[in-house]
Amino acid sequence: MEHIRMPKVENVRLLDRLSSRRAVVGTLYLTATHVIFVENGSETRKETWVLHSQISSIEKQATTATGCPLLIRCKNFQVIQLVIPQERDCHDVYISLIRLARPVKYEELYCFSFNPKLDKEEREQGWKLVDLNEEYNRMGVPNNYWQISDVNRDYGVCDSYPTEVYVPKSATAHIIVGSSKFRSRRRFPALSYYCKGNNASICRSSQPLSGFSARCLEDEQMLQAIRKANPGSDFIYVVDTRPKLNAMANRAAGKGYENEDNYSNIKFQFIGIENIHVMRNSLQKMLEVCELKSPSMSDFLWGLENSGWLKHIKAIMDAGIFIAKAVAEEGVSVLVHCSDGWDRTAQVCSVASLLLDPYYRTVKGFMVLIEKDWVSFGHKFNHRYGNLDGDPKEISPVIDQFIECVWQLMEQFPCAFEFNERFLIHIQHHIYSCQFGNFLCNSQKERRELKIKERTYSLWAHLWKNRADYLNPLYRSDHSQTQGTLHPQIAPCNFLYKFWSGMYNRFEKGLHPRQSVTDYLMAVKEETQQLEEELEVLQERLANLQKSQSGNNKVKSKQQDRSKQFGLYTSNNSLANTPQEYSNDLKSFPSRSPSQGDEDSALILTQDNLKSSDPDLSGNSDQESGVEDLSCRSPSGGGCLPSEDSGKDSDEAVFLAG
Amino acid sequence: LLRSSQPLTGPNRRRCREDEKLLGTILDEGERGFIIDTRSAQAAKQARMSGGGTEPKSSYPQWRRLHRALDRGRPLQESFVKLAEACGEPSLSMDRWLSRLDGSRWLGHVKAALSTACLAAQCLDREDSSVLVHGAEGTDTTLLVTALAQLILDPSCRTLEGFQALLEREWIEAGHPFHLRCARSASSHARGKQEAPLFLLFLDCVWQLSRQFPLSLEFGEQLLLTLFDNAYASAFGTFLCNSEKERSLCKVKESTHSLWAWLNQPEERQKYLNPLYSHNPLVIWPSVEPQSIQLWQGLFLRWIRPSQHLDEAWVEIQRLVEGN
Repeated sequence: MEHIRMPKVENVRLLDRLSSRRAVVGTLYLTATHVIFVENGSETRKETWVLHSQISSIEKQATTATGCPLLIRCKNFQVIQLVIPQERDCHDVYISLIRLARPVKYEELYCFSFNPKLDKEEREQGWKLVDLNEEYNRMGVPNNYWQISDVNRDYGVCDSYPTEVYVPKSATAHIIVGSSKFRSRRRFPALSYYCKGNNASICRSSQPLSGFSARCLEDEQMLQAIRKANPGSDFIYVVDTRPKLNAMANRAAGKGYENEDNYSNIKFQFIGIENIHVMRNSLQKMLEVCELKSPSMSDFLWGLENSGWLKHIKAIMDAGIFIAKAVAEEGVSVLVHCSDGWDRTAQVCSVASLLLDPYYRTVKGFMVLIEKDWVSFGHKFNHRYGNLDGDPKEISPVIDQFIECVWQLMEQFPCAFEFNERFLIHIQHHIYSCQFGNFLCNSQKERRELKIKERTYSLWAHLWKNRADYLNPLYRSDHSQTQGTLHPQIAPCNFLYKFWSGMYNRFEKGLHPRQSVTDYLMAVKEETQQLEEELEVLQERLANLQKSQSGNNKVKSKQQDRSKQFGLYTSNNSLANTPQEYSNDLKSFPSRSPSQGDEDSALILTQDNLKSSDPDLSGNSDQESGVEDLSCRSPSGGGCLPSEDSGKDSDEAVFLAG
Repeated sequence: LLRSSQPLTGPNRRRCREDEKLLGTILDEGERGFIIDTRSAQAAKQARMSGGGTEPKSSYPQWRRLHRALDRGRPLQESFVKLAEACGEPSLSMDRWLSRLDGSRWLGHVKAALSTACLAAQCLDREDSSVLVHGAEGTDTTLLVTALAQLILDPSCRTLEGFQALLEREWIEAGHPFHLRCARSASSHARGKQEAPLFLLFLDCVWQLSRQFPLSLEFGEQLLLTLFDNAYASAFGTFLCNSEKERSLCKVKESTHSLWAWLNQPEERQKYLNPLYSHNPLVIWPSVEPQSIQLWQGLFLRWIRPSQHLDEAWVEIQRLVEGN
């Protein structure tokens, strides 16, 4: 609390992204964990809660007549524009937020104070929900070809790896240790995915320290061991996910890639995915496009292409497809690495696994996948997502890209995933929120040292409890799309990659389809289920009645008219009735305080759950005058109605052409 | 909501009392109306040189004129051709795809059309004002705007029957010259002077609406695709000729079958219904932000994009809604 200079500021205005007229006045509060804006309105008193962990950047803009503007950009792509009347107050808030958004100690993070009112037993159970040993067993290991190794039990071999890794049977401890010395950060080849059907596997590591000519017998033996673990193939692929130029440049620094001459029976392949710096810049450019005020179609498309974002997403996807194909169709094992084996490697291995194994497309399976390829294998969550204040050059949207790949796949294969878009968005939200302990620190070792499991709660348990919200109504485990491998089209396929406005414009409700097909179908499904249950009950009763009475009683079996039942689902017409808030409505984040013990705060009930009881919607009444709408983008700030044409283009109205 | 063609003001600023009186009867004392001219202010002014023009304020004092330039004619056809070319090129790298898409400007036209229709709808619904829409001839962009505006405002236009009636009224009877506009489509080398995909643009806008309001249209994409097909080449007489007069002269009603009659047969009709439809009595206001407007892949990539998984999804939706 010592960092908070000003815990409370009154008469603050919360602006709308597009229209500075549509502002709400309220009070701003700063707490140890959140920034809270409470609207002044009498009945509504809507609250906007933002976790400090979510704050990506704060910009103090030039003071104007109305006050001092403060722009807060969040890691979950929420953008909040405040105007604080006094410059002095604004400065205090600014300084406080700068410090609050850059914690130096883990203990400052919300997960250590978050209290969902569960007892110790429940907390423990929550952490046990995802069990990696169970997962490896499900895959089919250990077996004749693969064994579990505890050579890293004290993190003595590789401190960013887990204590238990799976390695080929013929990989002795000696080979593992030797290989680890020849790998960047000591990240030796270990099993990521095993395909029971044909013994092919996906292994992952970091780059070899081969320089221009160095060799390591144990490392070569390690790769041979991987090959031998798959009797169905006489070679393995080694996939380097870096662009060739970068990999070659690494050789000058004593690292590099595997030389096919030295490693017997490997086929080497570059699949160029750019590095974390390129990705960070790419996202930055894309977000700039999203922040444009009234962009034309050209501004948007050009900006999107210029960012290169979709190109990168495609590159990751293509790599995953290559590996999945190698495993499923060719039956060949693959060793994947990048530089340090914790970014691109994680992305590509998890995409490939998702394509290969339908289990990972279930709610539970997806959580397991992230736990396996990201959490256990030492993806540097802290550095990449800025839990603590650190080097800005380490920040990069690595897991965001993976999550987007999943979304792109969901769009191509609507029946193949048990979960829906909301699931992905909430996971992304919580990777940054630090409300749960799963994504803290940089490795399993660090998390154990901090005793995360005893001091925080698991996101997985929370999501699992609420899984009804995350289901895809079109999913059926016996559907053809859910069996076996997914085969995304490789070419032509550019058009298959769409801009994910649900994520990057998440908080701009007006942008998205106003009616949620997912929610509608879930409601339909629920009703159908209820009706079927009722029908069963009634049929039982009927049977009993017929038994006990001799047929002169006419029992009417209630034939429920399904179409009438749909009236129960109030399809959210009130949403549809709001003319597009071309001034995108920022009033839409009511969230609840953590002390209410209910759902997580800042986890929005509204734009994510388009239910008719949506409290937010009552604010957007039909009574809203179109007058303001017509002129809210007036360049000349003129009167309410479009001005008369007198030879110049009068473009005041909201619906500007192109 | 009214539509017309441009007033023949001409270079000498002619006036026509009857026209002024006609427009005058629409509005009550003290009421205001809006004229939405689908040409840019400059183009409208230039039209005077060839005998056309705009309604001068002095003669039509109760009407406020707004210009919303919508492309028509050759530029629109070029846009369509460029888009079709971009879609047909499988070897385009990701880098180039978006710029080709942008270069075609097609989505910009969709955005502009929807925006203008929404403007008209806003005037009617929010301002309670009458609106007169016209371009030059009143047969192209005018109809685009009036038809879309009605779809936005009026739930009865969103039913299968209502939509057919809308098409009859606002496109066919209103005299959109289908024969000239839908002569060859995008792949032909011949570039007819009168050819322009206004009707396709309309269908695209309707598709955008269905994407943003998936529960509010009684018909689905299949209907829109069928209409597109039939506008260009049809076994039916519905889209023949350029006007009611021509259709009458050619005795279309006596010698051909109606597309609507065929579509409305019970077995056929099923294919065109949207299983998610539920009556929405309110106005549907679409978002015209670039993120909200997407390429109509079902049409432009119809033969390129594999639709199997999406078709399966629709089957699943149908199954869910019918409750097994």
